[in-house]
Amino acid sequence: MDTIFLIGGSAGSLKVLLEVLPKLHHDLKFPIIIVLHRKGYTDSQLGYLLNTRTNLKVIEPDDKDVLEAGYIYIAPADYHLLIESDKTISLDFSEKLNFSRPSIDVTFSSAAKVFKENTFALLLSGANADGAAGLNYVKANNGTTLVQNPVSAEVNYMPLQAIAQSKIDFVLNPDEIAAFINKLDVP
Amino acid sequence: MIEPDLIKDEELESLLTEIAELYGYDFTQYSKASIKRRVNRICLIDKFTSFAELRYQLIKQPSYLQRFVEEITVNVTEMFRDPSFYKALREHVLPRLGTYPLIRIWLAGCSTGEEVYSLAILAKEAGLMHKTLLYATDINPSVLERARNGIFPISQMKLYSENYILSGGTQNFSEYYTANYDFARFNDDLKEKMIFATHNLVSDRSFNEFQLIICRNVLIYFDKDLQAKVFKLFDESLEHLGFLGLGSKETIRFSKLDRHYHQISTEKIWRKQQEDQRRLINFNI
Repeated sequence: MDTIFLIGGSAGSLKVLLEVLPKLHHDLKFPIIIVLHRKGYTDSQLGYLLNTRTNLKVIEPDDKDVLEAGYIYIAPADYHLLIESDKTISLDFSEKLNFSRPSIDVTFSSAAKVFKENTFALLLSGANADGAAGLNYVKANNGTTLVQNPVSAEVNYMPLQAIAQSKIDFVLNPDEIAAFINKLDVP
Repeated sequence: MIEPDLIKDEELESLLTEIAELYGYDFTQYSKASIKRRVNRICLIDKFTSFAELRYQLIKQPSYLQRFVEEITVNVTEMFRDPSFYKALREHVLPRLGTYPLIRIWLAGCSTGEEVYSLAILAKEAGLMHKTLLYATDINPSVLERARNGIFPISQMKLYSENYILSGGTQNFSEYYTANYDFARFNDDLKEKMIFATHNLVSDRSFNEFQLIICRNVLIYFDKDLQAKVFKLFDESLEHLGFLGLGSKETIRFSKLDRHYHQISTEKIWRKQQEDQRRLINFNI
């Protein structure tokens, strides 16, 4: 398992996930990590909600959980999620970045250092600039960067910032995202 | 602003080894992704443009070490953080501790002390303060000093008050502190049973026997081997039937403790089994 698919989003991105997740194949050969901005402990139900929409297993990981293919990992509320070189998850309760914990930049940059050119990172709808710097890290490590088409985003600030600040490989509409992920041919 | 990526893995390794040898602070078994971020962050804040500059400062200026330790260790904390955890302490743990003549609680990695004051409030409200001792330890002397003072930003009090109520608190939270301009100073009666001391979970040994050990969001910064070592330390420091409370995303699942402890609620609180029950459990395996 050498590939990782990362998804970051904020305001307006849950709707996209609820559209994309049901269409994903159940036998994906890589893990997906989702980092959404959300409020503290109050919506820890997110994992359950997403679990009802997909045949893949959705997990809100504990510290030191091992990444496995076919699983979707949701960054827990109020923790940054980092990836270690042995492909385990480290959680971190340090300062917020871009007013956010979990921060998309933190997860994207840490995953890019481990998975290098096999990193795919997608940024969805949202109202702040978190994720743009993370996409730059992904690109700097020869990974693939994707953003939701700003025209289709409920809040277009985040995808627009990503396009302005980093080199984007693919701009996708919500109905194209699942197909892109499903056809990723990984060894 | 996201941190630059100035430090290579090998450089980090050698720097941490050097610090351990020179100063006795051993960060070599900290989770790499996280500590690398912290070290890069220091370079950014203190305007080092290369790894060599940071290293020079650390080796040649021992006074810089305290600042390094403070920045490397994460000192973000809250009062009544994860209110459901405190609710479980109120409902499932304190009533059992109340049957003991003396209750010793260890808060390991207490940072700036917000959780020690939360626990003191719980003990007071459960009517157990007179027979409770709260040992609060941290690796970092300067955060302990802040913990000892019990003065926190007033801007946090709205959140803390909400957390307190969600944890099952029924008193008027503002009666626990005196507001003074931008700060809230917590009442002295909460501090009477607190004992502050530096303790390094990496290198120091057990110093007492406790009925409750709380160590939240500290172990996430350690690698698995170091976590195992600290779990052993906690096990040696916990009385039979004592309780261990961890952060909401921490688990003993990967450790040897798993067999001798059972989780007492959906929160991350475990209870140590008595010796004869342990044998029974081992026998059944």
